[in-house]
Amino acid sequence: MKNFLFELREGLLIAFRSIRANKVRSILTTLGIVIGVTSVVLMSTAIKGIDNAFQTGVASLGSDNLYIDKWEWFNNDIPWWELRNRKNLTLDDYKKYKELAKLPLAVAPTVWNFNNVKFKDRVVEGLIIQGTTSDYIQTTNLTFSEGRFFNELESNGGRNVIVLGSEVAKKLFPIGYAIGQEVKIRGHKFKVVGVLAEQGSWVMGNFNPDKQVFVPVQNIFKYLQSENLRSITINVRAKNSKMVEATKEEAIGIMRKIRGLSYNQENDFSINQQEGLLNTINQTVGVIQIAGLFITGLSLFVGAIGIMNIMFVSVKERTKEIGIRKAIGAKRRAILGQFITESAVICMIGGFIGLIFAIVLSLIINQFLPTSVQVDALVLAIVISIATGVISGFAPAYTAAKLDPVEALRYE
Amino acid sequence: MNIITIEHIAKIYQVGSEEVHALADVSLKIDKGEYVAIMGPSGSGKSTLMNILGCLDTPTHGIYNFNGVNVSEMNDNELAKIRNKEIGFVFQTFNLLARSDALHNVELPLIYAGVPSSERKERAMEALSHVGLADRMHHKPNELSGGQRQRVAIARALVTRPSIILADEPTGNLDTKTGEDIMALFNEIYEQGNTIILVTHEEYIAEHAERILRIRDGLIEKDEQVKNRYIPKKNGASKI
Repeated sequence: MKNFLFELREGLLIAFRSIRANKVRSILTTLGIVIGVTSVVLMSTAIKGIDNAFQTGVASLGSDNLYIDKWEWFNNDIPWWELRNRKNLTLDDYKKYKELAKLPLAVAPTVWNFNNVKFKDRVVEGLIIQGTTSDYIQTTNLTFSEGRFFNELESNGGRNVIVLGSEVAKKLFPIGYAIGQEVKIRGHKFKVVGVLAEQGSWVMGNFNPDKQVFVPVQNIFKYLQSENLRSITINVRAKNSKMVEATKEEAIGIMRKIRGLSYNQENDFSINQQEGLLNTINQTVGVIQIAGLFITGLSLFVGAIGIMNIMFVSVKERTKEIGIRKAIGAKRRAILGQFITESAVICMIGGFIGLIFAIVLSLIINQFLPTSVQVDALVLAIVISIATGVISGFAPAYTAAKLDPVEALRYE
Repeated sequence: MNIITIEHIAKIYQVGSEEVHALADVSLKIDKGEYVAIMGPSGSGKSTLMNILGCLDTPTHGIYNFNGVNVSEMNDNELAKIRNKEIGFVFQTFNLLARSDALHNVELPLIYAGVPSSERKERAMEALSHVGLADRMHHKPNELSGGQRQRVAIARALVTRPSIILADEPTGNLDTKTGEDIMALFNEIYEQGNTIILVTHEEYIAEHAERILRIRDGLIEKDEQVKNRYIPKKNGASKI
C-alpha cells in the first residue's frame, strides 16, 4: 500500500511535469473530454429535470384515483374503433354507480368543453371548462388561494358559479379581487367563488388545473353542448392506496351491472389509473434516457479516442525517454503507471472543466426547464473521466512498458 | 573477487532468414575495483557485449554471473532491478531527460529504487557536488555545456552507489579538452575504489584503463594489461 502510494505520488508528479511541458497539446486533448463530460452531465441533468416534471405532473392526479371512462387512456391494445363504438358514459351511469359503490372515498363526474372565458374586456381563449360536482374537490389534491370550491347546494342546483385556475385568474384579474366577480362564458354569467393555488404541474399542458375553470356539470350541458353527444368520466378516489385494487374490482362489477353486460361480454368501459400514465411516462423517459446518454456517450467516446491517439503519439515521441528510464531501472509497472497516470490526469482535468461548463450551462437551461446538477452526477462525471483516462491510456502505456530498452535508447 | 563472470556467452540475432552472430563465444572475468576498457571497431560486437554486461539484454547462450547471481535467465523486471541497484550508465549522448533539471535527472534512479523524497534530494545534491556541479542543480540539459551534461550523467550513474560504472564512449560527443576532464573524473572515481567498464574505439581513451579487452568478430581477440596507464591530470577546465 505504501509502495503504491509512493508510485502514485511519483506518477502524478511525472504526469504534471509532462502535461506542463506540452501545454497546447494537453489543452487540445483535454477539449475532447471537456465536451464529452459537459454533454453527458447536461444530458443526464436535463433528463432528470424532464422526469421530475413528469412525476410531479402525474402526482397531481393523485395516486389513489381511478377514472372510469369510455376510453382506455394509456393502452394501445384495444383498437380505437372498438373504443369509439362503446356506449357513452352518462350522468345516469354516474348516479347509479355512486349509489351502489361502497368503497370509494369520493366520486365525481367530469366532462369538459373548450371555450373562452371573459371578464369585461379581458378574455382567456380556448381553455378547458370542467363540469363536475361539489364532490370533485375530494377526488383531487387541489388547494385554494382564495375562496372555496362550489358547495353541494350550488352543485345540485346547477348554479352559475365558477372556480378559476391560478393562471386563468391571473389573466382575468391581474390585481386580484376575483371572488364575487362575474365572468362570462358564451354570454352566460358565472360568479367566481374560488381561485385555486398554483399547482405547478406544467407538464400536463391544457390539463394543468392552473389553466382550467370548474363549473357545476349541468351547466356544460345546459349552455355549451348536448348531453347525448358527450361521454363523461367518473373520477373515483379510493380511501387509501391499499384500497385501490378493491375499489377497482368493485367498480368493474358495478359498471358491468349498470351497463347490462352478460357474463360473456367484454367490458365496454375502461378503468384508468395514474399507474398507466406513469408506465407510459417511465417508458418514454427511459427511451429518452437511453438515446440521450448513448448519443452524448458517443462524444465522450470520441474524446477517449482522442486521448488514446495522443498518448500513442506521446509514447512514440518519448521512446528515448522511456529507454533512459528503463536503463536506469524503471520496471514495466513504473512505465505503465506513468503513462496511465498521465492520461488519467489529463482526463480528470478535462472532467473538472467539463463539470464547470455543465453547471454554468444548466443554470442557463434552468430558466426554461426546472433542473439542477445533482451531486451524484458530479461524482459520476469525475469518476467517468478518470476511468476514461485509465482505459484509453492503457494500450499506449502498455506499448511503452514493453519497449526493449536497447531499441528504445537507440531511437532518435 | 569477481564482480563479473561470463562463460561462453553468445548473442545471435535473427535477421530475416539469416542468423547473425553478434557475439560468438566470449568468456571473461572482471574483478571488483578494476578499470577495464573494451575496444573494437564498429560491428565487432562490443555494443552487444556492453548491453549484456549492462543487463539491458540477455545472451542467447552462456552464463552471466553478476555478483554471484546468474542474470542470464532473468526477466525484464528483475533485470531492471539489477540495472537500478548495481549498474551506473554513462552514455555517449548523455541521455538526460531534456525537460528535467540536473537535480531531477540525478534523482531519477532513486525514484525507481523507492527512496523517499528528502533522502533522494540530499543524495542527488551530494552526487552533483561530487562532479563539480553544485551550482548547476536547477539547470536543464539545454542550459548546460556538453561536459557539464556528461557530468550530470556521471552523477546520475554514481548516485545509487552501483557495483559497476558502465561508460559507452563517454567522450565521443566532446572536444578533446572536455573529454580529458571527463576522463580525469573517471580516474578519480576509479581511485575511490569503483569498478569501471569503458567502451571505446579510441586507443588513447582506452589507455586510461588498466586493462584492455579487444573484441573482433564477436570474439575476444586480446586481453591485455596496460603497462603505462595514462593518468589524466585535473586541469582548470574541469571546474567549468
